[in-house]
Amino acid sequence: MSEIRDKIRCDACPVLCYIKDGMTGACDRYANRGGELVRVDPHLLLDRTLAQGGPVVPFRKRDEWDGDLVADQPRFVTAIGAGTTYPDYKPAPFIIATKLNGIDMVTVVTEGIFSYCGVKVKIDTDRHVGPECAIVRAQGEPVGHVTTGEYGSQMLSLGGVNHLTHGGKKEGRVTCETLLDLCNGKPVELSIDNGVTVVVHAGEPPIVNGEVEQRMRVGCGSATIGMFAQQWFGKVDDVVVVDDHITGVLSEHQAGKVLGVTETGIRIRGRKSTPGRYFHVAEPGIGWGGTNLADPLTIVEGFDPAKAWPGLRLFMVSTTGEHSAYYVLDEALRPVEAELPPELVASVARVRENCEPALSTVLFMGGAGGSLRAGVTENPVRLTRSVKDMLTRVTSGGAPVYIWPGGGITFMVDVTRLPENAFGYVPTPALVAPIEFTMTLEDYAALGGHVDHIRPVESLRPDYGQTVGPSEENPWPLEPSSPGRRRQR
Amino acid sequence: MSERPSVCRLPDGRLHLSHGPIDLVIEAFGRKDAVRAAYAGAIDRFETILDELCEELPLIRTPADRLARVPEGVVARRMVAAVAPYCRNMFITPMAAVAGAVADEILEAMTAVATLDRAYVNNGGDIALALGPHAEFSVGIVDRPDRPSLVGTAQVTGGSPVRGVATSGWRGRSFSLGIADAVTVLANSSAAADAAATVVANAVDLPGHPLVERVPAVELQPDSDLGDRLVTVAVGTLSSDDIELALATGRKAADLLVRECRIEAAALFLAGFGRVVGELPIAGAMSVAFIPQSESERRPVYARHYLT
Repeated sequence: MSEIRDKIRCDACPVLCYIKDGMTGACDRYANRGGELVRVDPHLLLDRTLAQGGPVVPFRKRDEWDGDLVADQPRFVTAIGAGTTYPDYKPAPFIIATKLNGIDMVTVVTEGIFSYCGVKVKIDTDRHVGPECAIVRAQGEPVGHVTTGEYGSQMLSLGGVNHLTHGGKKEGRVTCETLLDLCNGKPVELSIDNGVTVVVHAGEPPIVNGEVEQRMRVGCGSATIGMFAQQWFGKVDDVVVVDDHITGVLSEHQAGKVLGVTETGIRIRGRKSTPGRYFHVAEPGIGWGGTNLADPLTIVEGFDPAKAWPGLRLFMVSTTGEHSAYYVLDEALRPVEAELPPELVASVARVRENCEPALSTVLFMGGAGGSLRAGVTENPVRLTRSVKDMLTRVTSGGAPVYIWPGGGITFMVDVTRLPENAFGYVPTPALVAPIEFTMTLEDYAALGGHVDHIRPVESLRPDYGQTVGPSEENPWPLEPSSPGRRRQR
Repeated sequence: MSERPSVCRLPDGRLHLSHGPIDLVIEAFGRKDAVRAAYAGAIDRFETILDELCEELPLIRTPADRLARVPEGVVARRMVAAVAPYCRNMFITPMAAVAGAVADEILEAMTAVATLDRAYVNNGGDIALALGPHAEFSVGIVDRPDRPSLVGTAQVTGGSPVRGVATSGWRGRSFSLGIADAVTVLANSSAAADAAATVVANAVDLPGHPLVERVPAVELQPDSDLGDRLVTVAVGTLSSDDIELALATGRKAADLLVRECRIEAAALFLAGFGRVVGELPIAGAMSVAFIPQSESERRPVYARHYLT
């Protein structure tokens, strides 16, 4: 019967509506268009015209439309709002064909549900945020841990399947909420066991124990000596750059030796590494140079009377130039604080100037190695291979990603390069992140893609979805070779 | 296979839960930890709500006076209770109260775990309200959803028994047997308001009128609970007398519901004209929308709720 033939059963939700051609289901989100189930609610498109200053077609419902005006616009369909067909034995919600410089390109668009995912947070600060492996908490729940630090930065690893699904129910929910907020560019307060409380906000300065971190250190204490030795030489007799990692001493350091700085007989606490370089001069903390020092003289044991002299000028500075002090030795060779001479004030300013603005940065990391691939191709491993062979380009909300080598499609993306509120979540709990696979039609067919489900980008009605301009720092997703311009901060 | 329920925060902080046809916008007010707990409660409850309903879908699509058994699901039971007062006198299925019942259920899940100043759960225009004794909600009413501008606001205070607001009409998402553009009902629960709005909107009618186009519901939605009953798909330009007559029958139905204490108030809209029944605390410009000054100002009216 024709009535049976012209209706389809929608299995996008458990209601399982029968939908007639030209009608929508009970949700108004899925419709039957000529026997095909399509999703009709807003879905995000990147429109290159916006970025190139071309004519803008406003996003609004229109009774009639000028198809030509829209069809010529380069348009990239992101996965944001695309939905998914998990578990994806069905083709991905959108498989879109575009012509680029005469070559047929295909973009497979889906939202991935990632229960194996997390974020890596880089916090530009010298301050000790907590011991390595310490638990990081949000709302009191464990959501991750402190991992190995990087140069000038502290690193956190948050989320992951253990916190999301293997911990308590509340732990999973809070972890999911934390990841979602971080990925969508919202500030999140985290507290670290035996460490600090830090507010992380992607692309913004971190706030450590209530203080906004302004600058990254210029280098470790030893590196700072190397960089500024020449500028200090002659203006002062000795310089100590206080740093929790490596504290540097000018008169003993190779840089000082080369310049011919006289020995001062200064004795520094801590463990001497190589000449002029000291480890562990104090405990980590939020004082001078990431140590717990409020008074830097604590690390100066004294001066060798055979080498030091009354009137010796000692300059102490932290690696960020945030702390500095100037001392002159008295008759008993005890340092007495004095006013910083103007030329050293300038040098402190120079250290500061060389410190880059401190930021928190958040990379989302997730593995698309699972069934999601089946929405792209009938033989999932071929998608993995195609990505590894660089035949298929992966983007997330149109932003470039880094694909981790090895098995699966494990990718990282800077969350600030995606359009706003690109991430969502499901109560599993798991994060929902957009992911797009772009390749030539030829390659798509070769890897066993759902070629019969490809539709041209022009078939998306002009009022379909929500159109935004691409981020100018991102390369245009359909042109793998075009470099993006990083935002100047 | 099925999409799972989705949860997200709208840019302004409101909670948005959606799963299939259910689309909730939720906002709670109160202490930060209470709001957080309430949202968590809503999310937890939401996870299975559609699945529960779908398990009993054939049952809750049957006319309420012919139910083979009492449903097991608590939401389905709310639906049955909401339509029970009507089922002896007319055709009605528990589905008439599904949106309101879901809103009530989620709101209760929130207030059970947190003490809030006030909160609302808006299920596509069917709204459940929680109000402390001194709290107040201002429910904005818009005449054209595609051109949102407030034509009036209804003040709902903690002292009043109103805890639910719902709208029904043939221009809305669900089918209607009547011709009302919109009927907005205030009642003591969202499910009660939902069922009553359906009943009153059905009553605003001109049976057999040549300018009203109707088709069997199954032709639009093969699995509609309304079966082959005729639902309104278009209404031509009606004469003032016709409008008057249709609103009068609707008003009579609404009057009865107010007198039986099933609802607190109702506002009926048809072709630019409106009627208010009961104590509808509507302020300001609403009267303008109700009684156009001249024929030329007459226009189709949708009622939609925007909470402010």
